[in-house]
Amino acid sequence: MSQMTVWLVAVRDQRDRAAFGALFDYFAPRLKGFIMRSGTSAAQAEEIVQDVMLTVWRKAAMFDPHRAQASAWIYQIARNRQIDIIRKENRPIPDELAQDPGSEPDASQILAFDQEAEQLKTALEMLQPDQKEMIQKAYMGDLTHQEISLQTGLPLGTVKSRIRLGLNRLRKELKGLR
Amino acid sequence: MSAITHHIPDDMMAAYAAGTLPHPFAMVVAAHVSLCADCRATLEAYHTLGGALLEQTEDIEVSKGLKSNLMALLDEPAPPEPVFDAKGIYPGPVMAALKGRSPRWKTLGMGVKQSILSETEGGSVRLLYIPAGQAVPDHSHNGLELTLVLQGSFSDETGRFGVGDVEIGDEDLEHTPIADAGDACICLAATDAPLRFNAFLPRLLQPLFRI
Repeated sequence: MSQMTVWLVAVRDQRDRAAFGALFDYFAPRLKGFIMRSGTSAAQAEEIVQDVMLTVWRKAAMFDPHRAQASAWIYQIARNRQIDIIRKENRPIPDELAQDPGSEPDASQILAFDQEAEQLKTALEMLQPDQKEMIQKAYMGDLTHQEISLQTGLPLGTVKSRIRLGLNRLRKELKGLR
Repeated sequence: MSAITHHIPDDMMAAYAAGTLPHPFAMVVAAHVSLCADCRATLEAYHTLGGALLEQTEDIEVSKGLKSNLMALLDEPAPPEPVFDAKGIYPGPVMAALKGRSPRWKTLGMGVKQSILSETEGGSVRLLYIPAGQAVPDHSHNGLELTLVLQGSFSDETGRFGVGDVEIGDEDLEHTPIADAGDACICLAATDAPLRFNAFLPRLLQPLFRI
């Protein structure tokens, strides 16, 4: 399991402050950089970072390492908060999946999922610079403008097959949860 | 529930995950994902990609006091936040737009009703109620229209749409959806432009009915 996911599970299960501090040290500067790339001032970006990390602490119980790495889960919180705050609208978000109360963590499944995600990252790193930049732009474009066309179709190329593999796994996980 | 056969296309899901999808469409995506495990998997894969980009982002040092301020806040009780769970046929994101209340239907004639959830220059999103056997009058689209079925089903020239299915209409689609027999068809419909109704309402009346 990735180190960040281990920290987040410790926050979730033990309310571990040292682990939370480690998550902060890793993610806060990246979140700040990420949020500023989307057209937000440094001061407001820090407010959002604080808001996001506080949400991570408070909603850690919702984190499921079978379905997400820490970075994906935190990414999604950041995007929600950023849209709520910058656009002053409540971003519509899907219902949470009901957690299966009887389900024990399955280390092999978590590991397999984690490997998929790592392969996705490797695929992302190996893209041509211009392809990678297109994806970064799609994710880090200026969120302050609402008039963004739907032409954000990502040039997924090699990434796509990786996503598909990841999808299969996610899909099986989700079907198992139903 | 019959299987969902009409899904959110990949590019739209990517735009939702990236946060660039306009609000009306984002609501349809969030509602569909609430009903569709396949599209939830797609969305979570795009979140994984977002997380990977976040990890690879060049970091920018945060102010000195930020961490200690935050650590001091951890014991504070979380402020109460309204939580809108799914209710009946309406998924959570629709209940949130309804602020937990039942839809306030306004009649459009011929038994067709609507309840507007949000309307801005960028587009609108509404609930539509279409009695069984009733046609939603022939219309074509100025822009993009997403229609998610929440109850019953409808059929048009392109196929049959049941609960959870999304129909994507663009400028090229001229269609006549008809609610199938059985329960009235209730849909969540989002557009980024006013609809053009060909026969149902004179165009002059459209601003009145906000269609």
